[in-house]
Amino acid sequence: MMERTLTRRLSAGLVPAVPYLWLGVLFLVPFLIVLKISLSDPAVAQPPYKPVFEWSDIAGFFSALDFENFTLLIEDDLYFRATLSSVRIAAVSTLLLLLVGFPIAYGMARAPERYRALLVAAIILPFWTSFLIRIYAWVAILKPEGLLTQALMAVGLISEPLDILNTETAVYIGIVYAYLPFMVLPLYATLEKMDDTLLEAALDLGSTPWRSFWTITVPLAMPGIIAGSLLCFIPAVGEFVIPDLLGGSETLMIGRQLWSEFFSNRDWPLASAVAILLLIILVVPIVIYRDVEARRVEVQR
Amino acid sequence: MTIRRLSVFNVTSLVIGFAFLYLPILLLVIYSFNASRLVTVWGGFSTQWYGALFRNDALMEAAWVTLRVALLSATIATVLGTLAALALTRYGRFPGRTLFTGMVYAPMVMPEVITGLSLLLFFVAVDFDRGFWTITLAHTTLTMCFVTVVVQSRLMTFDRSLEEAAMDLGAPPLRTFFSVTLPLIAPSIVAGFLLAFTLSMDDLVIASFNAGPGATTLPIKIYSAVRLGLSPEVNAASAILIGIVTLGVISATLLSKRSVLRSRRNAH
Repeated sequence: MMERTLTRRLSAGLVPAVPYLWLGVLFLVPFLIVLKISLSDPAVAQPPYKPVFEWSDIAGFFSALDFENFTLLIEDDLYFRATLSSVRIAAVSTLLLLLVGFPIAYGMARAPERYRALLVAAIILPFWTSFLIRIYAWVAILKPEGLLTQALMAVGLISEPLDILNTETAVYIGIVYAYLPFMVLPLYATLEKMDDTLLEAALDLGSTPWRSFWTITVPLAMPGIIAGSLLCFIPAVGEFVIPDLLGGSETLMIGRQLWSEFFSNRDWPLASAVAILLLIILVVPIVIYRDVEARRVEVQR
Repeated sequence: MTIRRLSVFNVTSLVIGFAFLYLPILLLVIYSFNASRLVTVWGGFSTQWYGALFRNDALMEAAWVTLRVALLSATIATVLGTLAALALTRYGRFPGRTLFTGMVYAPMVMPEVITGLSLLLFFVAVDFDRGFWTITLAHTTLTMCFVTVVVQSRLMTFDRSLEEAAMDLGAPPLRTFFSVTLPLIAPSIVAGFLLAFTLSMDDLVIASFNAGPGATTLPIKIYSAVRLGLSPEVNAASAILIGIVTLGVISATLLSKRSVLRSRRNAH
């Protein structure tokens, strides 16, 4: 009997242990390695950085660490500008997403109940098709002799080809397009639960629709606004594919910088330092997002 | 409840919003049947690029690798993610729970460039050759977190008295799990698997860091083709992928609708 409970306990312990171990080895350890390599010197070798760790030489390990890569990041204003422009592009995109996403989510929440599930499915469907393909589709549209120019010239709105591809405008279009479901769904979730009688009461009491929108709808939708904004802002800061395919050479973004340090310059320590920098920028929004999500899960319970 | 009315503004924003979402995809599919090599100039209907696509061995090879990686990584991720979801909902406070929760949520919001780079540096440090297996392990690590969240949300709204009843009637825990818990959470496990599969099929960034000379995935191929300019073959490949996804989502919706109907009928 003793033995049976022991095996049972051990097998029960396996349930958390297996995924725990997996994430420990393949998420936590790799992350510590990035931290370590960001503090090492580059070497012309394969792999292109000095050895990671020798147990026999712990003192040497610590003395070899330095902040040279980070000093370089601070001194070379390229990274500073890339950081600023990543945050700016992500912030502007999030704002645009709110402007585009809110009317859609609002319309969905007002639609007759039998259509709502279908509308939600229709918002999610593009998300299941490849991200890369959806961005690729915009290249053909935004090209100077592309489909948008052809359409606008046929209608007679413009006479010169539009030159949008490889500009920051194209990056905004790409981010808004790719992240729209992430903004619409949390907004819809809060707007759908909203009590309409509040709006009616406000109207009865003489409030204008515009005023009741700002004093009732927006505050009630706040959890959705915050969740949607963070869900778009966080990945947008580290975005690589969109600025690379739609942006121009002057579109600086930190994820793109990391990519080129790694693949073009083969400077792994500097790429690791850029990764740490990116993470430092995102730590605050990620923590806020975790709190918001945890609270939402608690409410659900 | 009051009747909600759709105003003109509501309808307009829905129409424009959905047109914005679907028009680019639609144009991409239409232009995959373009006879002209110039992707944006219509030169008549043709299916030649589909033929060219199937004769492109490098692209077909990459598609095959992508499919194998996605199937294998989604399968492992589903098992690990389900275990993690059980651990988070059924095990109360176990040592290191906070760290565990953090490790489950972090990969989902972490920029892909960081996840990709850190896994690559890990594989290099332990001297693991880059290729099929490194991509599979990397994708499993990312996608298991999504499976965890999907299964966890089902487990939390789950009526635990059913499990307790089975145990009271003398069913051992393992049997209770397989004959009560598992069938009830099965739809969320399937949904988690599909999500993991799609994320793996779709991933460019993490795969680029962890791909080796032996194994290239379809997104990596498409990306390098796109960098060189538009290619009608990529349009054809995209149209096929979009077709598969659309069929998959529609059949999954129909299946889940049927099972809901069946369970309703059984309840009566």
